[in-house]
Amino acid sequence: MKKSSIIGLVVIAIAVAIIISTSADASAYVTFATAKEMAEKGQTKMIHVVGKLKRTREGKPTGVQPAADKLSVSFLMVDEDQREQQVFLNEPMPADLLMSEQVVVIGSYKGDVFVADRVLLKCPSKYEEKGT
Amino acid sequence: MMHETPGQVGHLLIIISFITSLVAAIGYFMATHKKEIGKGSWTSFARGAFVIHGLSMLSVAGILFFLIANHYFEYHYVWSHSSLNLAKEYIIACFWEGQEGSFMTWAVWQALLGFVIIKTNKKWEAPVMTVFATVQAFLASMILGVVFGDLKIGSSPLLLRSDVIKDAIYLINPDYIPADGTGLNPLLQNYWMVIHPPVLFLGFATTLIPFSYAIAGLWTRKYKAWIRPALPWAIFSAMVLGVGILMGGYWAYETLNFEGFWNWDPVENAVYVPWLVLVAGIHTMITFKKSATALKTSIILVISAFILILYSTFLTRSGILGSASVHSFTDLGLSGQLLIYLLFFLAVSLFFAARVWKEIPASDKEASVYSREFWIFIGALTLCLMAFQVIVPTSIPVFNQIKQWFGGISNIAVPADQMRYYSKFQVWFAISLALLSGTGQFFFWNKMDKKKLRDALSMPVMLSLVISAIIFLVAKIFNPVYIAVLLAGIYSITANAHILIRLLKAKKHKLTGGAIAHTGIAMMLIGIMFAEGYSHPISLSTMTVRHVWSDEQNATNAVLFLNEPYRMEQYEVTYRQELVRAKGLDGLVKKAFLHDTNDPYYKVVKQEIVNNNITLALPGDTLYLPNPENAYYQVEFKHVENGRKFTLYPRVQVNEQMGGILPSPDIKRLWNRDLYSHVTVLPVFNEEVEWSEVEMKEVSKGDRFFVNDYVATFNGLERVKAVNFAELGANDVAVKAHIEVMAENGQTYLAQPVFLIKGGRVAKQPDVIREVASRFSLEAINPETGSVTLGVNTTQKDFIVLKAIVKPYINVLWIGTLVMVAGFLVATRRRYIEFKQMRDRGVE
Repeated sequence: MKKSSIIGLVVIAIAVAIIISTSADASAYVTFATAKEMAEKGQTKMIHVVGKLKRTREGKPTGVQPAADKLSVSFLMVDEDQREQQVFLNEPMPADLLMSEQVVVIGSYKGDVFVADRVLLKCPSKYEEKGT
Repeated sequence: MMHETPGQVGHLLIIISFITSLVAAIGYFMATHKKEIGKGSWTSFARGAFVIHGLSMLSVAGILFFLIANHYFEYHYVWSHSSLNLAKEYIIACFWEGQEGSFMTWAVWQALLGFVIIKTNKKWEAPVMTVFATVQAFLASMILGVVFGDLKIGSSPLLLRSDVIKDAIYLINPDYIPADGTGLNPLLQNYWMVIHPPVLFLGFATTLIPFSYAIAGLWTRKYKAWIRPALPWAIFSAMVLGVGILMGGYWAYETLNFEGFWNWDPVENAVYVPWLVLVAGIHTMITFKKSATALKTSIILVISAFILILYSTFLTRSGILGSASVHSFTDLGLSGQLLIYLLFFLAVSLFFAARVWKEIPASDKEASVYSREFWIFIGALTLCLMAFQVIVPTSIPVFNQIKQWFGGISNIAVPADQMRYYSKFQVWFAISLALLSGTGQFFFWNKMDKKKLRDALSMPVMLSLVISAIIFLVAKIFNPVYIAVLLAGIYSITANAHILIRLLKAKKHKLTGGAIAHTGIAMMLIGIMFAEGYSHPISLSTMTVRHVWSDEQNATNAVLFLNEPYRMEQYEVTYRQELVRAKGLDGLVKKAFLHDTNDPYYKVVKQEIVNNNITLALPGDTLYLPNPENAYYQVEFKHVENGRKFTLYPRVQVNEQMGGILPSPDIKRLWNRDLYSHVTVLPVFNEEVEWSEVEMKEVSKGDRFFVNDYVATFNGLERVKAVNFAELGANDVAVKAHIEVMAENGQTYLAQPVFLIKGGRVAKQPDVIREVASRFSLEAINPETGSVTLGVNTTQKDFIVLKAIVKPYINVLWIGTLVMVAGFLVATRRRYIEFKQMRDRGVE
């Protein structure tokens, strides 16, 4: 076999290994129900859950409780299956949380609380919200 | 008064710059087509158009800067990125804080680089500038800000606020001008924000040059000749881009509190990947110059580096990373335009490459295992795999999007633990690279066979084994991966140093670029290994600081009570005071010595401020705080054995834009390690603090009493004319009590609670002195006894929670960075001289 073919094969092998490993390590977007199931089965892998803040009928967020020192926050989130869940974030409350259209939490269950490692927010266009 | 003229002139100039770039592209295209060299009617025409384009672009930048510097808040960009209170040195940072301004920075660099190309090239000018001008047309279109019906082309930084924001005030007063801007994000008010973005954009801009030469070479069928002029620029570009990336890392390390310099965030990955590919391309170009192999690979890599820059621009600015990155990106509605930009140049590259691919010479013979070409090729391949491993997961949001277009649903998310995921691959690639860069250097200089190789390598191998063994024993490294990193790194350093010495002895110092740059990279690798692998917290604690924290967090964060020493390894650490920075006073001012006013930027001095026996401010003076959102916590570290002391001032910023409280570390740099410390928790001294029951004390002037175990003296009352919490009428009375509290180290504090009778009603404003953990209020004035009743509440002593981390040998990383840059510079100079000599001989 020619050297270049060997190198080619090695490169392909590494590339395939990278792709397989990426899909193994890749997190997933799931619902709270699935996340809870996974946690109960002992899977500690961090996952993504997409949802919205719980809001009253007037559209006011409810259940957002920043800690006394403002360095962490706990909030109620409703996922795409309308399941409500308390989420704890050990970081100061992101400024846009209250006006977010969509919330993505990355983390896992600890008991009955979903502990988020990070929170990603999708907010309405910058130009609409800033009007004074 | 509205200043509409500069905006209108600027907008006209943007349109001119867009049109002239198109004109220049067409002109240069025709010049290439007519095979004009240097002089020629199309060339002069196109050159003229490009010069007008460049000058208009520079003028637009000048106008935007003028608007920001003069605080014309009627402009939306100025209003949303700057404010009156912004320090002068950050005015320039506002320029590129927004997306429009950063596109402009990019375009300005490219216009200037275009001038350089016109000046330094003859034969290459026309085809290279065709590509240049086309790219400039795309960039100019990003800031064009023209709307045709529903179609919006570009987003102009020169729009009036009233055109952008639908605000009711403009119905009443169309000429409304906001009094102040919303300001530059306080987190970005840092000198790195002044330096880092222009460097990074210069890096972006320079990747265009090798790309343009490659396309020009394919187009004019000069498949080989393009390498010589492109090579110095490719090396220069890799240097600038590398510096830009590392500056970002250093900035993050110094200012953010994530305890590291690299986070594998998509934004960082998006620049890291093209850099790797460009570096791979440089290596194959060098091989080609030496031995006429790897020409096709060079073409592919140089083109890919530029396309990847466009791809990264698309990723970070289109909003597609929305649910994958912690950085927030607002889609300016340019995602379609960005995609076209990317696809257009991808198509152009494919077209030009495919057209002549078969004609491109390639060597048939296989490279020998003992040839430098072989090993450089393997190195370039490793760099590409490294890039591939990062780009695949970073692109997951793009895959999801594509799948959704085809009606599928994809729920893959980027790996949640990015640090671990990327590092576990990248470390092995880096080890291979270190080994290759060490060995490859030997092949560079000699024709090798088995025996010669063994002879040449034995010295460096032995030496590196010995050095590694010593470090291994001294630093106690037991992790097998780290041992591999250390060995590979030391091997690369010794091998490259060996070559370097040989070159210097032979007085060939112009050729040392490669050896120097490789040494730098190997040093960086070792530095990263120590700083990341062996960083360890010293602020150990057995206390549960916060219930919501993990055990690990509780164990690594220490509670420091005011003036109470806490032992951390060999240090006695004491929290001394809370400080703020005031203008005009050198250094920091104790916050307890200042009174609030209604304007957060101004504070009134309560107690005389003395530094080194010089009085800096007297009671009643007003101080200006340029950044009232920043507080500094003085923490003293005392070495228990030698008694040496140093002080750190970790910062906490109250940042509304970023959602609350942002700590920034302060770093003590010792030669062999950094001591990185940041405040993780602060007590909040307002109503949320639990105060004791109020204790009433009836005191007369001169009486002494105890407060929270401190001695306090009541020094009488003073009538005040104004208070900051209410308007005083003619019949209203406000009285301030003077209480002096003696605290540790002979420090005294003044408490000045206010008692106010307004319209027959009583109002009280207590005064909190954090340093003695007490709140004083003036409860009643008793004229019959000549005394007053003070209310005193006490609470837990003031504290901060500090996390202190030791980062060993991180300086090796930063020194390695500088060494790498030096290597790149030497190499750029060498290749540029080669190009110049040949050009002057008429062989371009």
